[in-house]
Amino acid sequence: MTTILLIEQILNGLQFGVMLFLTAAGLTLVFGVMGLINLAHGSLFMIGAFAAAAVAGATGSFLLASAASIAAAAAAGAVVEIAVIRRLYGRDHLDQVLATFALILIFSEGTRWLFGSSPLFLDVPSWLSGPVTLPGGILYPLYRLVLIAVGLVIAAGLFLLISRTRLGVRIRAGEADREMIAALGVDISKLYTVVFALGAALAGLAGALVGAIQSVQVGMGEPVLILAFVVIVIGGIGSIKGALVGAILVGLTDTLGGVLLPELFRLFMDNAAATATGSALATMLIYILMAVVLILRPTGLYGERA
Amino acid sequence: MTRETLTNTALALALLAVPLWAWAADEPFIITMATKVAILALAGVGLNIALGLGGLVSLGHAAFFGIGGYAMGILASHAQTYAPLTEWPLLIEGTKSMPVIWLVAVAFSALAALLIGALSLRTSGVYFIMITLAFGQMLYYFAISWPAYGGEDGLSIYLRNSFPGLNTLDPIQFFALAYALLCAGLWLAARLAASPFGLALNAARQAPARVETVGMVPYRLRLTAFVISGAVTGLAGALFADLNRFVSPSMFSWQTSGEIMVFLILGGTARLFGPVAGAAAFIILEQVLGGLSEYWHVYLGLLLLAVVLYAPGGLIGALAGRERRHD
Repeated sequence: MTTILLIEQILNGLQFGVMLFLTAAGLTLVFGVMGLINLAHGSLFMIGAFAAAAVAGATGSFLLASAASIAAAAAAGAVVEIAVIRRLYGRDHLDQVLATFALILIFSEGTRWLFGSSPLFLDVPSWLSGPVTLPGGILYPLYRLVLIAVGLVIAAGLFLLISRTRLGVRIRAGEADREMIAALGVDISKLYTVVFALGAALAGLAGALVGAIQSVQVGMGEPVLILAFVVIVIGGIGSIKGALVGAILVGLTDTLGGVLLPELFRLFMDNAAATATGSALATMLIYILMAVVLILRPTGLYGERA
Repeated sequence: MTRETLTNTALALALLAVPLWAWAADEPFIITMATKVAILALAGVGLNIALGLGGLVSLGHAAFFGIGGYAMGILASHAQTYAPLTEWPLLIEGTKSMPVIWLVAVAFSALAALLIGALSLRTSGVYFIMITLAFGQMLYYFAISWPAYGGEDGLSIYLRNSFPGLNTLDPIQFFALAYALLCAGLWLAARLAASPFGLALNAARQAPARVETVGMVPYRLRLTAFVISGAVTGLAGALFADLNRFVSPSMFSWQTSGEIMVFLILGGTARLFGPVAGAAAFIILEQVLGGLSEYWHVYLGLLLLAVVLYAPGGLIGALAGRERRHD
């Protein structure tokens, strides 16, 4: 294990974590403000990726594709909120889980209907492809560095939005007491639609950005959804800060676990057994992390005490 | 007889009559479908004990379904190759005997439910949903990356396992086994619900503070329910694997957990026969809609959405009327 490899893996983990944050932010916001579990959030990630792949295919422009991913996911989010989600705020979690599970079926099959079963490809634009040399002589893909930067800028923007703007004040007030802010004359149902669309837009953008390094296919949202849930549960549901810390923790654990665990087992096992055991354990590692966090702090790292 | 008892009896008889008719008409495919309904309904009956009775929304019941499946797969594959499971300290051989496999499946899924439940029940609400989901995923990835038993490809068993005195390869005889176990599961669920334990569990769901005041511990009640629930779902998993003669990590996937939950909501949560109605409706829809359109999941999704939004009592609710309100 060389230092260079380790640094590369840390950067990979960071990049993965930052993208997870974009997906998890919407999920945690929607849960925090509206008390709603949205299993269909992964579908919005998928919609973003497909919109981007379609627009990139038609125009060749990566920037247009990214904009399309935001627009399409935000629009889908707003429509879903108005048509379905709105009726679920007062219901218990079971109803929310099932209704949004139904939405996954509809979105996944609908997308398959429109685009077919074979994966689409979204290429990294030429001006972002290729490696850059980091201090210490490490070669690292430029695109992944850009993802880290974009993710961190959006995270900062989100913090400012929540803490400094009028919309942020309303969002936080809605979290604390929805009757009261409705009584103060805020159009709460419009506010909820906006928050939901905002969360959807972030997920859609993440889908487009990640879509350039993976293939864009039906069902791509589900693994991400599960990971995003792991993130917000570790961080504490409703906390943006928790989502950021949780996302980076999950990103690093997942990437580093895959490299370090086999090495660790090699200390006292033969090579093949160590690789097998190490990688088996590595795939489970983030779920073990989540279980440990919840056992120690049942409401997550930054969650409010129940 | 209340309308619900009447509906339940009709459902139980219909599930028996359809395969009997198919047997007479020589339609083995329909018998297999009915067997699938009975097995999936049993998995739902298991979840219903935790979810309907105990209010524990577990999104990780595929864990127990999969453990049951793998109990069958591992034992039968060892019997198939005559390779013992372990030789030291105890010689354990594989087996093709269903009753033994069922016992192992129930024991291991109960044990897993004890461990998972003991940890998960420290949390509640959405955290409980998510931690059960996480445990399910843990097992899913474990099964994928465990090459000894097929890894991602799963395990095939060439001959269905045996049951003393029956030819399990005959569809109607295997159906009889599945149906008998479903009836046993339903009987257990009904007995549990009416027992002092069931009443205490129900009370712990509605008013935990009061339950504590009278000296009972909600945590223990819930854990017991979770273990029984996991064991029943594990048994269904073993049967399901035997039906397909195949196990794969997909039995552990969170979509499987979701589908078992869909049976409950489609049929009616907390209703004794909810999972039976739900599993039957699901399989019929799969056949009918699947025949109409390749994209039948869209219609299933729309239907499910309609049930959740407009018919909270599910199918049993629609047939038998609303339950007397308890809470």
